[in-house]
Amino acid sequence: MKTTITVNGQARALDVDPRTTLLDALREHLRLTGSKKGCDHGQCGACTVLVNGVRINSCLSLAVMHDGDQVTTIEGVGTVEKLSPLQQAFLTEDAFQCGYCTPGQICSALGMLQEVADNWPSQETADLTGKIRLTDDELRERMSGNICRCSAYPQIVAAIRSVAGDAA
Amino acid sequence: MSSVIDWENTPNPVKENRAGNIGKAVDRYEGPLKVTGTAPYAYEVEPPSPPAYGVLVSAPIAKGRITAVDIAAAQASPGVQLVWTYQNAPAQGPRPERYDFFTPSPRPALESDEVYYFGQQVAVVVADTLENAQAGAALVNLTFEDDAKAVTFHDHFAEAVQPPGESDVEIGDFEAAFAAAPVTVDDVWRTPLQNHCQMEPCATTAWWDGDQLTVHTSVQMVRVAQNSLAETLMMPHKSVRLLTRYVGGGFGGKGSFYEDLVLAALAARELGRPVKIALSRQQMMHGTVHRPATDLHVRLGATPDGKLTAMSLMTVTHCDRRGNFTEHASNFARNLYAAPNRLTGHRLIRLDLPVASAMRAPGEASGTLSLEVAMDELAEKLGMDPVELRILNEPPTDPETGKPFSIRQLVRCMREGAQLFGWDRRNPIPGRVRDGRWLVGLGMAAAIRGNFLLPAKASFTVDADGVITVKQGMTDIGTGTYTVLAQIAAETLGVPLADVRVEIGDSELPPAPGSGGQFGAATAGSAALDAGMNLRAAIAEIAVADPASPLFGGPSEDITFQDGVIAIANRSERLSDLIRRNRPEGLTAEGEVRPAADAGLWSSHTYGAHYVEVGVDTVTGEVRTRRMLGVFAAGRILNYKTARSQLTGGMIWGVGSALTEGNAVDPHYGSLINQDLASYLVPVQADIGELDAIMLDEVDDKANPMGIKGVGELGISGAGAAVANAIYNACGVRVRDYPITPDKLLAALMAKGL
Amino acid sequence: MRPFTYERATDAASAVKAAAETPNAKFLAGGTNLLDLMKLEIEHPAHLIDVGRLPMAAIEETPEGGLRIGAMATNSHVAADARVRAHYPVLTQAIVAGGSGQLRNKATTGGNLLQRTRCAYFYDTTKPCNKRAPGSGCGALEGLNRNSAIFGASHACIATHPSDMAVALTALGATVETLSPSGRARAFPIIELHRLPGETPDVETHLIAGELITAVVLPPPPDGGQVYRKVRDRASYAGGLASVAVVGANLALGAVAHKPWRAVDAEAALKAGASPAEAISRELEAASENGRNGFKIDVVSRLVPAAIAEARAQGRGA
Repeated sequence: MKTTITVNGQARALDVDPRTTLLDALREHLRLTGSKKGCDHGQCGACTVLVNGVRINSCLSLAVMHDGDQVTTIEGVGTVEKLSPLQQAFLTEDAFQCGYCTPGQICSALGMLQEVADNWPSQETADLTGKIRLTDDELRERMSGNICRCSAYPQIVAAIRSVAGDAA
Repeated sequence: MSSVIDWENTPNPVKENRAGNIGKAVDRYEGPLKVTGTAPYAYEVEPPSPPAYGVLVSAPIAKGRITAVDIAAAQASPGVQLVWTYQNAPAQGPRPERYDFFTPSPRPALESDEVYYFGQQVAVVVADTLENAQAGAALVNLTFEDDAKAVTFHDHFAEAVQPPGESDVEIGDFEAAFAAAPVTVDDVWRTPLQNHCQMEPCATTAWWDGDQLTVHTSVQMVRVAQNSLAETLMMPHKSVRLLTRYVGGGFGGKGSFYEDLVLAALAARELGRPVKIALSRQQMMHGTVHRPATDLHVRLGATPDGKLTAMSLMTVTHCDRRGNFTEHASNFARNLYAAPNRLTGHRLIRLDLPVASAMRAPGEASGTLSLEVAMDELAEKLGMDPVELRILNEPPTDPETGKPFSIRQLVRCMREGAQLFGWDRRNPIPGRVRDGRWLVGLGMAAAIRGNFLLPAKASFTVDADGVITVKQGMTDIGTGTYTVLAQIAAETLGVPLADVRVEIGDSELPPAPGSGGQFGAATAGSAALDAGMNLRAAIAEIAVADPASPLFGGPSEDITFQDGVIAIANRSERLSDLIRRNRPEGLTAEGEVRPAADAGLWSSHTYGAHYVEVGVDTVTGEVRTRRMLGVFAAGRILNYKTARSQLTGGMIWGVGSALTEGNAVDPHYGSLINQDLASYLVPVQADIGELDAIMLDEVDDKANPMGIKGVGELGISGAGAAVANAIYNACGVRVRDYPITPDKLLAALMAKGL
Repeated sequence: MRPFTYERATDAASAVKAAAETPNAKFLAGGTNLLDLMKLEIEHPAHLIDVGRLPMAAIEETPEGGLRIGAMATNSHVAADARVRAHYPVLTQAIVAGGSGQLRNKATTGGNLLQRTRCAYFYDTTKPCNKRAPGSGCGALEGLNRNSAIFGASHACIATHPSDMAVALTALGATVETLSPSGRARAFPIIELHRLPGETPDVETHLIAGELITAVVLPPPPDGGQVYRKVRDRASYAGGLASVAVVGANLALGAVAHKPWRAVDAEAALKAGASPAEAISRELEAASENGRNGFKIDVVSRLVPAAIAEARAQGRGA
């Protein structure tokens, strides 16, 4: 099926099997292999990308569902020559080891920070009607959809914190 | 043969650390690639032409055989190019009777109609697209005959035997001393089967160029995998090039390799095009190795003032029917505490389960979950502080062999940890501290893990730009290998870190054993240091013999290497200038390390202490880790940033072991109940509160030429026990059947009337 | 996945028509559960009708003073809605207790209600399962069934419904609105959406073929405190072992039955003046154990009074 998806700002015309997931379209068709396949079932978060600015698991979505959508992958966040502030923070804080979950963590964190800015609640939010304070517990809960088996969790919190500021 | 004495007495640039590269919290060498998603893992490597996609088919029974094969529908499925079962798979080298980690041998795939465990790979389908391969795989129609099977560990204790070639270790008369002890602990702890759950599933991309095979795969050990693959394919070793440059987690589970590697290579040969195969997450659970369950019987006897008189840890564990692996969960107890009468050993049961093998800190990870809790129980019985009990039983020399310790700072780890954590605020009476719906408790445990050194080689090349390239058939599975090799090279040759390149993960490079057993940094790094020293000598020789060099005629042993400049006193030139004049094509030196002949004269380990605060919701039985601190002594630290990450990662694994991780075997089907990451629960971000690891200053000059030791496995040792002890301190209940899930804790609370 | 055809629906009427006219067609909304199941060969529709972009994502006030939540509103948007947070906090709490941020951003209100059990034997196609393969038996009955139902199970199936959101909606007494292929719209209490397993656990709802959930309607904000509590093995990103939604005098339980479980006996007991502990023990008289799930009875008996106490404290403005 013919589908056009704007990926990292570029319109990409695809002709995909309806079965092709957004993740496999990115990895196998567009050769954007930064988004990772850790479980293929929405249970790890390694495939997290931003669709129209919102973080989702790209493994649990079909490419054909995204005709006309704006997708941002890790390749659109920054480059080796010009790391984004969050990428630099992950490097500085050693917020990864094997690196396989890292693109998903970074994309997830970008989406998460927008959700906080939009005052979306989490299960750590005690006052549902007030302004969200991004405490460490809020940050941890909101990043729990991204498993890191190397368990760089404290370092990931530190990296995101260094970009997000103190309990924004 | 090298000697510990030489290591201790010979200065080297790593020990001297003049430029300060050693120990520095340097960012990961390959980090920019990983944070931008541009480090290609095995399935992502671009082959020379578009690949076909393979998908494996797994057995739905635990034991039996394939009685009928119908692949017609799969073959006819759109895009399918190849379907293999045991009936039509290519001939491969014969399987040896038993495997071991370090010995290459054929590992044939789809070798027969026999099924030895649930999830064994029994077919492969290769198609033009991944979607077509997956659809084709679902159409492979195999008929199985189900045999009677033995899969439940606790029902087969009568079949437990001594592991081959082993015997129990008894010092003194344990039974008599235990019977006579005025204060005792006698309990059994159970640990479940666990899965590695590396984030990157095992995967291979393979292609051929004539008779030459290139495979990119995800393994921890390059040389043994490459040799084994060649032997499986019945090819000369030199015709196979195996690369594994980025590995998305290993933890022991990629110490071996799986059908993705063999079948991608064979299918690529058959089809004349590149083929890539990855295991699914579900296939990772059964189709790769796991940590086996253990049953840990601890008996401690002590005097009323707390001196251990008797200590025993006996482990019962299991491996697969054709297996060769024992979870040596009792071994660490041989080195930890003083007690004149001691008994340790293992019993092994062979079951019709998937393959058991090493998982992060094999032995210690399971075993400490018993003894380090038993020590907490003993301390309570004695009315002693758990830290003081451990310190009282600190052995002056190795408690079993009497050998001197190379260095042992366990007491300092415990003391400093206690102070930094605020251990004095712990109420020794359980159940007294409440915070809202949580009862709060503190717990601690000791950590110990062995220190190992294996033979390895490395090469260093300096080019005409003064850039040093380290080459080694080593892996970086997230451990920091790239980074510490770069630091060693920079320090050894006196060049800026930016002028070092590291090439690893390639079978064409000088062989190193790979990553495992926390021997990686010491082994690979020591070989690298030797290569660096040899390159220094080669450079010096050229410099003093080159009339165009300011160093000409000088004493070569006086040459210093600093900031890319070589100098004798005030005569100097840039290293790049010397190389450009004399070796424009570059200058290479090789190096190696071997275990010291006299290394066995010392008892050498890494140590640590964990402190943890948990909350227990006594209404629901839920436990949350609130804060945790580990203090560790593991020799010289090459990189405080990557070493800390290794340690904190291990600690979090310990939290998982204590609270959430475990797989159960369905008794009827012989399969693991948790087949994915939604049901096998590794810790997530919200499970981990404030957590840190601190490393003591230490040099273990007897460990290797650099005085370093490993940290990759130390962090998990004892961590789960500290959590269990904190739970007890919070609510007064002990659960000895891990993981301590709400159902078990609630039952124990209710049994106590809580 | 088996091959299928795909169409994107442009309006609800044509979507239900296509669903009725195309053999083995299914609606696709967020896809977070359906695609998961299709990859595992548990679901194999021949045709997918993507309803994800139908204009049914709005959350609007009803003339009665309640809220109509469009079926395509994502879980995240519902949880974040200011009116939901202010007047139906139990719904926000329940939604954010489920899945992960990424999943909630994709999952829809309608899809959440129709998600299928996470029973390990349902998820493993090598095992018998009357829900997945009617007549094949139930692997969980004598298996590792720690997370199975204590209410309303049958010998054919002991699976539980996994939704958190639906538990809150059940306690709130929400109404489900649907559109049938015939063009008929209907509305019914959420308690009438899901079925108990009986002899046909493969039939999970009372929806007819091709019927599309179009909205969920909340009644005017109820009196009394609201609390959602979920017990699980991991602090986040894990299914529940048991959960409870308290809305004033209404109680619903999660992860204990084939459907969100309205605890009517406990509610009646509370009304009659029983203590929360007595009330829930009245409810639990109908509970049954299946091997390894007996602890859920204990969890519920302890969790519910705690949650009621919390809700009552709110009600008093504490």
